[in-house]
Amino acid sequence: MRHFDYTRAESAQGAVRQAASGGTFIAGGTNLLDLMKLEVMAPEALIDINRLDLNEIEETDDGGLRIGALVTNSDLANDTRIRKGWPVLSRALLAGASGQLRNKATTGGNLLQRTRCLYFYDRAMPCNKREPGTGCSAIDGVNRILAVLGTSEHCIATHPSDMAVAMRALGAEVETLQEDGSTRRLTLDDLYLLPGDRPDQETVLEPGELITAVVLPAPVDAKQTYRKVRDRASYAFALVSVAGLVKVENGQIARADLAFGGLAPKPWRNAEVEDLLTGAAPSEDLFNTAADLLLAEAKGFGGNDFKIPLARRTLVSVLNELTEEAQQ
Amino acid sequence: METNLTINGTQQHLDLDPRTTLLDALRHHLGLTGSKKGCDHGQCGACTVMVNGRRINACLTLACMHDGDEVTTIEGIGQPGNLSPLQEAFVSEDGFQCGYCTPGQICSATAMLEEISNGWPSHVTDDLDGKAKLTPEEVSERMSGNLCRCSAYPNIVEAIRKAAGGTA
Repeated sequence: MRHFDYTRAESAQGAVRQAASGGTFIAGGTNLLDLMKLEVMAPEALIDINRLDLNEIEETDDGGLRIGALVTNSDLANDTRIRKGWPVLSRALLAGASGQLRNKATTGGNLLQRTRCLYFYDRAMPCNKREPGTGCSAIDGVNRILAVLGTSEHCIATHPSDMAVAMRALGAEVETLQEDGSTRRLTLDDLYLLPGDRPDQETVLEPGELITAVVLPAPVDAKQTYRKVRDRASYAFALVSVAGLVKVENGQIARADLAFGGLAPKPWRNAEVEDLLTGAAPSEDLFNTAADLLLAEAKGFGGNDFKIPLARRTLVSVLNELTEEAQQ
Repeated sequence: METNLTINGTQQHLDLDPRTTLLDALRHHLGLTGSKKGCDHGQCGACTVMVNGRRINACLTLACMHDGDEVTTIEGIGQPGNLSPLQEAFVSEDGFQCGYCTPGQICSATAMLEEISNGWPSHVTDDLDGKAKLTPEEVSERMSGNLCRCSAYPNIVEAIRKAAGGTA
């Protein structure tokens, strides 16, 4: 690990000011320290934000929850309000990582974790995300775990989070604090950038900008599930995952909120798919048409071609599960 | 970096290079070599310790991030002649071969049993609000962050269930 200066932040604004002039926040550190050991990341200064007062889950006026950025993945998954009102989020968190990692990983850090693309981790190989302009080794390389949607000729990395997929389906927003003391709210769609020709730029966050909370809207009256397909039964990243909230009324789908993991550089959501489903009677044919729409522009790179049919089967299966009673 | 830690009930004052992981602080600076370095990347769980009662990977955290924290290592869980129920069960159920992963398994399982008694669900728990039973499937899921290269898994699962007395 390269040398770095270490400071313990005493206030959020102080941390932001310091980071804006060249520093990296550390919270749980479970991904950052891994990358620092490999010298994939080598920050000159680490700003430890663990003592900041950002670890509460508070109820908002409109029936939602405001989750402090330092709430651990364990505390969030096990919060009784989350388990009851937003079970898809509990399920997504519990499907991720291991007990030890969930105890350390935080809400903000989970959102900002880096891809697990093998070439991003391998400093002997070109990678546009790690070293812009060097090329993408994955496109013609080992790409089994990588993306089929939202890619560019410069990068096909996936975003690895399960939590963020559920949050995307739930319409969560992040709250941030900026250097000048102002705050802003961003949807997860707005937070993340697609790789384009700058895969090293993963979010719209400005230098020093700190995620302080994630805000969940009020609970949705819908059946919900998180389905994760992976190589091992536990402690493995998603090949394909689906967070789904579906409500059926009078034999028709009244709402369908769907987000996908393992397929794209960010948690993926497709409004056209949801529009197609909404108002229609649930059926296998409808679900296959929805999958056609979701995957119309999907592009495999050899090793990950299987993800396209796997995503179709996973989506159809999840929709069947969530509309099962209405179809009987 | 000045760092105060309470390790197994004893106050320790350390002045560390900030790069020092909690695992290296325990092993190299305090001589507590029970916690093991397997992968050093949070994948194997051999370094598992409890910080403020929660199990974590000691290799993936800096010691200086834990100023004021309470750390429990395998040395604090049991000693020769004074084994914890989990340690007794690992012996009686033959829950290891080479033993390298065992301290991490025991620390992890000690905290895991606490999690389950606090009503935490897991990925394989059917009802998020119900109390999970300590089935082999639940133990395997909850212990998936601890690898055993000798693959003593069936006996590790049985040892944990035995130590929990079938009450969890």
